[in-house]
Amino acid sequence: MTAILDPGPLSAMRLLLVEDDRDAADYLRKAFREAGHVVDHAADGEEGLALALDGKYDVMVVDRMLPARDGLSLVAELRGRGHTTPVLILSALGQVDDRVQGLRAGGDDYLPKPYAFTELLARVEALSRRGVSQGAETVYKVADLELDRLAHRVTRSGKEIQLQPREFRLLEYLMRYAGQVVTRTMLLENVWDYHFDPQTNVIDVHVSRLRSKIDKGFDVPLIHTVRGAGYMVRAGLV
Amino acid sequence: MSPLGHAARLVRTTAFKLLAAYLVVFAVFAVSVIVYTAWHTRELIQGQVADDLDREVRFLSDQYRIGGIQRLVYVIDRRTRRPGSSIYMLANFQGEVLATNVSDLPIGLLDRPGTRFTTYNRPDDPGTNIHVAFVQAMILPGGYRLLVGRDIEERDTLRDLVARPAQWAVLLIVVLGLAGGVFVTRRVLKRIDSMTATAETIMAGNLSGRLAMMGTEDEFDRLAHSLNAMLDRIEGLMQGLKEVSDNIAHDLKTPLTRLRNRAEEALRSARTEDDWRAALETTIEESDGLIRTFDALLMIARAEAGQGRATMGDVDLAEIAVAVSELYEPLADEQGLDLVVETQPVTVHGVKELLAQALSNLIDNAIKYGRPTGGGRGRIAVSLRREGPDAVLAVADTGPGIPASERERVVERFVRLEVSRTRPGSGLGLSLVGAVARLHGGSLTFADNAPGLVARLVLPTK
Repeated sequence: MTAILDPGPLSAMRLLLVEDDRDAADYLRKAFREAGHVVDHAADGEEGLALALDGKYDVMVVDRMLPARDGLSLVAELRGRGHTTPVLILSALGQVDDRVQGLRAGGDDYLPKPYAFTELLARVEALSRRGVSQGAETVYKVADLELDRLAHRVTRSGKEIQLQPREFRLLEYLMRYAGQVVTRTMLLENVWDYHFDPQTNVIDVHVSRLRSKIDKGFDVPLIHTVRGAGYMVRAGLV
Repeated sequence: MSPLGHAARLVRTTAFKLLAAYLVVFAVFAVSVIVYTAWHTRELIQGQVADDLDREVRFLSDQYRIGGIQRLVYVIDRRTRRPGSSIYMLANFQGEVLATNVSDLPIGLLDRPGTRFTTYNRPDDPGTNIHVAFVQAMILPGGYRLLVGRDIEERDTLRDLVARPAQWAVLLIVVLGLAGGVFVTRRVLKRIDSMTATAETIMAGNLSGRLAMMGTEDEFDRLAHSLNAMLDRIEGLMQGLKEVSDNIAHDLKTPLTRLRNRAEEALRSARTEDDWRAALETTIEESDGLIRTFDALLMIARAEAGQGRATMGDVDLAEIAVAVSELYEPLADEQGLDLVVETQPVTVHGVKELLAQALSNLIDNAIKYGRPTGGGRGRIAVSLRREGPDAVLAVADTGPGIPASERERVVERFVRLEVSRTRPGSGLGLSLVGAVARLHGGSLTFADNAPGLVARLVLPTK
């Protein structure tokens, strides 16, 4: 499944994985490596904190329940010491208030277990992008598609495309992470601000509406469906 | 239980202790009243005796003034012969007794004028009986000593006449009170023992046991009534739990079995890489479905247990109604349904995320089951209205609806009216909406939309 993902413009990331379950840790290390990233692993909270303070990591993946020092305390300690490395918290507790706690402690994203690796990878890659200036740009460009965030204007080949406000935000999010996989849950969380499972794939219909406005009448499609994972905006074929 | 142990239990009961305390208070009060009455009676009689003596002494000294000593002796003689409690003594200045009806008076009594108590003997009763009298002595002109007195035995008899029955009455009341206390306490103990026995059989596992009601509508009946109501609730919950675990067993085991079968099938017969891949992909799909069912169950359990109250805040329901409708509008449109939304500004105290999920489940349900039976485009109307103190979030469709008899059942966990279960979904969507409604102190009801179904999520705004 990960084989079809092209790391694209994303260079290899240095990741720190803090997870006490050996099987899960081995699986994740292998999977991240196959996706082209470098992974350091710590088996408990104290070791994780030591490694995090020591090394330079692009993203940290921290399990919430850890021996020696729990995940939330680790993140809070890091933030207290001024470290801004993006952190994704993994947890078996997936309820609304737990997620709020995780983010309040200084986590940047929260993923409940069990998760699909594609989901975790997409989120970790998105977090690594945050460190870069992408979020601050006012105009996103992918091939001949342009989105002006300030003027709320979308053009393709210089021709203006009319979008609903939500469609605009959807495209904005997809283009911000151009070249990366964006999952349906990421869209639901970031474009709609909902953190629940809508049972039916409502997002697909929104994306296909958006696609009909962006790609219809053009030879090269820009919004791609990544099977088993989500969507990606990019110039070439996926 | 030994008689002694039984008595000890009796004495330890609250009823008995109350009664004993009451008896002590009553006895102290009654004894005080008796003592006071006796003392007062005595004082009253004493005063009367003193007045009497005073009058007689004056009368006798008048007699002396009028007729000299002879007349006085004569009058006293006559008086001493009358029966009664009066005593007299008249003597001259040398101490010679001129007239009397007593035999033995303390020496010197006659020489001290005034009133006092004294003992004396009667000539008709010279034995050992010592009599007590209240006397008044006086010295008449010419040196004569006059003493008039009254025996006070009668006074004491009268006092006793008043006090003794009262003492008996108090004693009787205390004894009867204690007996009554034992009787009442034993009755109370019996009721409590029977309640304890019932409680023990219930704890032993017989949840259908109920406490007996005596029909007396006393506090025991009221207690039994409340406890029985509590037992009804517990039994209902246990019943629900049993159904849920049965359903969980069914809804989790069925896909688990399917999952296992697919894996076995792939192991046995998959030949090409594509076969393997397809088998693994369906395996992941199935496990995703399982996770979804599991998540929904956890969420319902949490909402039912009241967790999530901590994250409650003011929630703009209109915003949720518009946003969730907008989320589902393209899907509804694709399915041949027009989704329209109409709102009034309403704010409730709640969990935004859960309310959004509840509405999303209702709309999802309407999209799945709300298509018109005769074909053609259907319509889903989402509306938010204020009705008195409540906010009513309604989702109405134009589908086939639900028969009135089955509307109650749809909120129960796992109930899907479609027996074949062909359409996707965990069957928990509406149960979750129901749980969210209860968490917010509201309710989920269904009504006829003629044609179609209207689901009403009623939430209190206060």
